[in-house]
Amino acid sequence: MAQTLFEKIWDSHKVIEINGRTLVYIDRHLVHEVTSPQAFDGLRINKRKVRRPDLTFATMDHNVPTSNRSLPIIDQISATQIQTLEKNCQEFGIKLFDLHSQYQGIVHVIGPELGITMPGTTIVCGDSHTSTHGAFGAFALGIGTSDVEHVLATQCLVLDKPKTFEVEVTGKRKNTHAITAKDIILSIIKKIGTGGGNGTVIEYRGDTIADLSMDERMTICNMSIEGGARAGLVAPDEKTFDYLKSRKYTPKNYDDLVENWRKNLKTDQGAKFDKSFTLDASNIAPQVSWGTNPAMTADVTGSVPDPAEFAGGDQSQENAAKNALEYMDLKPGTLITDIKIDRVFIGSCTNARLQDLIEAASIIKGNKVSPGVRAMVVPGSQQVKKAAEELGLDKLFKEANFEWRESGCSMCLGMNPDVLARGERCASTSNRNFEGRQGAGGRTHLVSPIMASAAAIAGHFVDVRELV
Amino acid sequence: MERIGKISSIVTPLDRPNIDTDQIVPKQFLKLVQRTGFGKFLFYDWRFEPNGTPKKEFVLNDPKYTSSHILVTGENFGCGSSREHAAWALKDYGFDAIIAPSFADIFYNNCFKNAILPISLDKKLSADIAKSNSVVGIDLKSQTITYDDKTIHFEIEPSRKKTLLEGLDDIAITLQYESDISDFEKAHRL
Ligand code: SF4
Repeated sequence: MAQTLFEKIWDSHKVIEINGRTLVYIDRHLVHEVTSPQAFDGLRINKRKVRRPDLTFATMDHNVPTSNRSLPIIDQISATQIQTLEKNCQEFGIKLFDLHSQYQGIVHVIGPELGITMPGTTIVCGDSHTSTHGAFGAFALGIGTSDVEHVLATQCLVLDKPKTFEVEVTGKRKNTHAITAKDIILSIIKKIGTGGGNGTVIEYRGDTIADLSMDERMTICNMSIEGGARAGLVAPDEKTFDYLKSRKYTPKNYDDLVENWRKNLKTDQGAKFDKSFTLDASNIAPQVSWGTNPAMTADVTGSVPDPAEFAGGDQSQENAAKNALEYMDLKPGTLITDIKIDRVFIGSCTNARLQDLIEAASIIKGNKVSPGVRAMVVPGSQQVKKAAEELGLDKLFKEANFEWRESGCSMCLGMNPDVLARGERCASTSNRNFEGRQGAGGRTHLVSPIMASAAAIAGHFVDVRELV
Repeated sequence: MERIGKISSIVTPLDRPNIDTDQIVPKQFLKLVQRTGFGKFLFYDWRFEPNGTPKKEFVLNDPKYTSSHILVTGENFGCGSSREHAAWALKDYGFDAIIAPSFADIFYNNCFKNAILPISLDKKLSADIAKSNSVVGIDLKSQTITYDDKTIHFEIEPSRKKTLLEGLDDIAITLQYESDISDFEKAHRL
């Protein structure tokens, strides 16, 4: 029978059915400092071992400082969490890319970069943006700490089979520098809503997706969770195979694997999805979020909506939009380009890979960050940082008065010292504009990297189609 | 794990859709390395002023609800980050059941690992229960909710129900299938 790509991966990882649920084998487990300590504790209490330390990889990213790494960590509780991970990895024999490793970085940036992520595999991590790895045709999903413990102990997960959701993106983008993968995924979430993908695995399809680079596909898959999906994936193709070819952990029999993947890892003709949605990318504009969830987004040429109009008759949505505007201190009708910003954050597992930094840097030459704005660039990993420096991007950014920092999650969630002050307004390339996400009382506008750097220079949002 | 069977208390209504886990436990409290003690951080930025004094108008600060074990809330509850700290905080605060029109997937799953019963009910019904001023009874075994002299049925997947009723340890169950896992590993190499 014709099958979708997801169904093929699912079937090939089924170990057994238990009480109507499926025991699914996990090929790769990524671990970080925030969601793992309680899981390792659970193992110790129950005298259990890590079943496959060789399939488990750890790094520290969520609360690491992005300033000078030779200095000790000032926040004692963060320091404890980092030491706890070191201790746990040592005790259980897990490979760790620590603060001083040349491979340290955001877990979803280093997985693909090191060739830990592979097509057709199952990948989990105690982090919702694990969906990022789906860009390589893997079934990659975020899990809670109890499931982290479950995977450590058994290398399996008990799951109910998700439904399948086809998101087709067609049409040529008018301007591939100004209209980015971020604008595509924000446009999708705006339409399907933050719960639109609940219970499903999205497969992104269509010629627009095929045209995207691997970095761009990762941006799309990354935000699947913002549309509520369990995971998002893209069928692997030659770009995928080239990307993973000679990475640190690329398997020795890679060419044989590729041959097999080329034949099998795609949705069969005539396979049925449970749900479908189509987006025409030829007429989308750069997106800017105005509210407190990623579906509350407008075209840069538009304005802050009226809550009643936005909700279309749904009372609780209307209240939510009113709350959002109050929190964001915005008035209906305000032009997006009239919104002034205080901070800029270019970083996160959504948009801190090399291509993102190249795009952000492309418009800054000869310009300076607007007086009164503080702008930070936080590369997704040490490898990204190094590659960017080889291209001289660090100099470009620094000359324009952007801060150039060490890799980590940083102000995407503000667990380290990089936070917004109460009331500060930020143009951010991250994925969540939730209340307080980047700092209690801070206000986040989600945008693409090039939109963020343009806003840094202008001091307010601008339509980058006028610049590139 | 603790068993969950019957729950009865007044309900705490929190009528907002899309409550995300950053709201349930703000990230500044994720640095602990234990599972316990998160209740005091629950809905922190909604419960407290920046200086730490309770916000009077927030529902959890109404003394009427201090003994409530049931939260009734809006659709897509628990979206956002996978942090299980959200479930730990709700449980530690005293909630044993959450009623909502829908839940985000990871959060829903985390509930069952922490003796919390998540019940999805259609919008109208859950809004109706949210309005109830007297004690609401939930019986997991018969899958019923009793409120204001009405009794309604709710759906739950049988193995999930069993986990809560019997307080099962998922890992112990999976480890009974150790040989199946080993066989799978032999056949599947990547
Ligand atoms: S960058 Fe942000 S979204 Fe990505 S893993 Fe880190 S905290 Fe999560």
